[in-house]
Amino acid sequence: MITTTHYMVLSAALFMIGVLGVVTRRNIIIIFMSIELILNAVNINLMAFSMRWGNPVGQVFTLFVIAVAAAEAAVGLGIILALYRNKDTINIDEMNIMRS
Amino acid sequence: MLTTLTFYTLAFLILVFAALVVTARNTVYSILFLVGDFLAVALLYAAMNSMFVAAIQVLVYAGGIVVLYLFVVMLVNLKRPAEEAIAPQRHNLLGWLLSAAVLGELVFLGVYNAFRSAAGPNLGPAGGTVGFVENVGVALYADYLIPFELASMLLLVAMVGAIILARREL
Amino acid sequence: MVDQIVIPLLKILITLNATLVAVTFMVLLERKVIAWVQNRLGPMRVGPHGMLQPIADVIKLMTKEDITPVKADRYVFTLAPFLALIPALIVFAVIPFGPEVSLFGRRVVLQITDLNVGLLYIVSVASIGVYGIILAGWASNSKFPLLASLRASAQLISYEVAVTMALVSMVVSAGTLSMAGIINAQFEQGVWYAFVQPLAFFIFFVGGLAETNRAPFDLAEAEQELTGGFHTEYSGMRFALFFLAEYANMIVVSAVATTLFLGGWLRPFPNVEFLGFLGFIPGWCWFLAKTFVFLYVFLWVRATLPRYRYDQLMRLGWKVLIPLAIANVVVSGILKVLL
Repeated sequence: MITTTHYMVLSAALFMIGVLGVVTRRNIIIIFMSIELILNAVNINLMAFSMRWGNPVGQVFTLFVIAVAAAEAAVGLGIILALYRNKDTINIDEMNIMRS
Repeated sequence: MLTTLTFYTLAFLILVFAALVVTARNTVYSILFLVGDFLAVALLYAAMNSMFVAAIQVLVYAGGIVVLYLFVVMLVNLKRPAEEAIAPQRHNLLGWLLSAAVLGELVFLGVYNAFRSAAGPNLGPAGGTVGFVENVGVALYADYLIPFELASMLLLVAMVGAIILARREL
Repeated sequence: MVDQIVIPLLKILITLNATLVAVTFMVLLERKVIAWVQNRLGPMRVGPHGMLQPIADVIKLMTKEDITPVKADRYVFTLAPFLALIPALIVFAVIPFGPEVSLFGRRVVLQITDLNVGLLYIVSVASIGVYGIILAGWASNSKFPLLASLRASAQLISYEVAVTMALVSMVVSAGTLSMAGIINAQFEQGVWYAFVQPLAFFIFFVGGLAETNRAPFDLAEAEQELTGGFHTEYSGMRFALFFLAEYANMIVVSAVATTLFLGGWLRPFPNVEFLGFLGFIPGWCWFLAKTFVFLYVFLWVRATLPRYRYDQLMRLGWKVLIPLAIANVVVSGILKVLL
């Protein structure tokens, strides 16, 4: 019997894998993709609870999260491209000109 | 029985693909594993009888956002074929341990509360009708119309911003 | 048990087999039609009037040497043709080939599954089809295919927007996303949607031409441009898979256009009792005939029109088709509420 706890555990695991990616990797594109994993974890949670309570607001919220993720990906990748053109690297360890 | 099998298979696929995304050395392989992950999540939504959000997940996430990532990776790789430089040793082990600790804590909280709560089994029959397009549409356009309009404004702003940011200053 | 497993499996087998055979004969049909337009005869040697030419083509493609470029990414190089072919084939799951018929004493719907969101499923699967092209160009590790694949995928995602908007106006007219429901709505309103929404029809067809990389929008794979496009480095069976994918996409676009705009398996004038004598022709025959008309128009357009340049193509997609499609959605919505 699959309960919401199963979905919550799955969502927590996916979330932590995403956080691991953000914290561990140096390639900025992989970091962005890990952020997408985090957003997906949140979506799974929202959908599971929407199914539990029979309330469509969870699905609506999921749609908004997907839309905002799309907007964030577009702007973020624009920034990455601009950064790449100026610094010629995608390694965040080398993007430290604001550090004194 | 079938729903249990479906859930465990899809959960396994989702977590395996996510782990591969985070640990693959080649960026394009990471992106392909991300596509697999998103498709598995869409199948999970479909198993929850929410076909609309599943289709939107495939259309927007797997078919739009990841294609954008792939484009950027190809544009970045066009000029410099070498892989990312071997940077000095980062303390990755600390990251792994902390993540495992936080995950253990979250799982413990979830399972402990599930056993403690007096309410009955937590999930209705596999999906019910909440995932149907009509119900989602009514909720979206009737109750949440203003957030919907704001989201469209947000997407417009993001589109304009992305075009300006990525423009070449020729 | 039989209803849940055996019948859908049989439907899937029949549909896939029919599609793949149809695709191989489409190759022959294309060469013949283009030849006749150009006042020559086309393939005539193999079999009577060249009818067995597809068999020769298949044998040639299967026995060609399978070359993988040295520095190409082996796994992605092999994966890309499959990523191009699979979306083209799984769309057939929601296409209604005919009404409910009685077969060996059982009621069988001539459709593999009637999804609640059938039209959205088609659009989302089509957006996965872009991956085959991008990965093919990248995995070849060669400049011409990479540039061609980036161009082709940019073309695909641009026209996806226009096609989706045209389909949204169809959903507004029909009131449902399911494919069988759209045919039902055409039956109840008594008119094919091609006459209710001519602009959406036009946008869908032009967008479909661009989505399938067919002339006049085929600069991504034409041999005069960029030495053969994204499948330059492919040979043998993998090249065959790309071609299968392209023709399967053509059949998919034709089938979807038939369902949405020409009434699917309905006979002409479905509500008019006077023409009831046409009812002896089964629904799937009407469907196949209408799909064939669309396929013929695809080939006819290829034989007739010159190729678009890349900037003209992008301008057409973004500056002409998308505003028209969005205006169409708005006007459809207004008319649907008023009428």
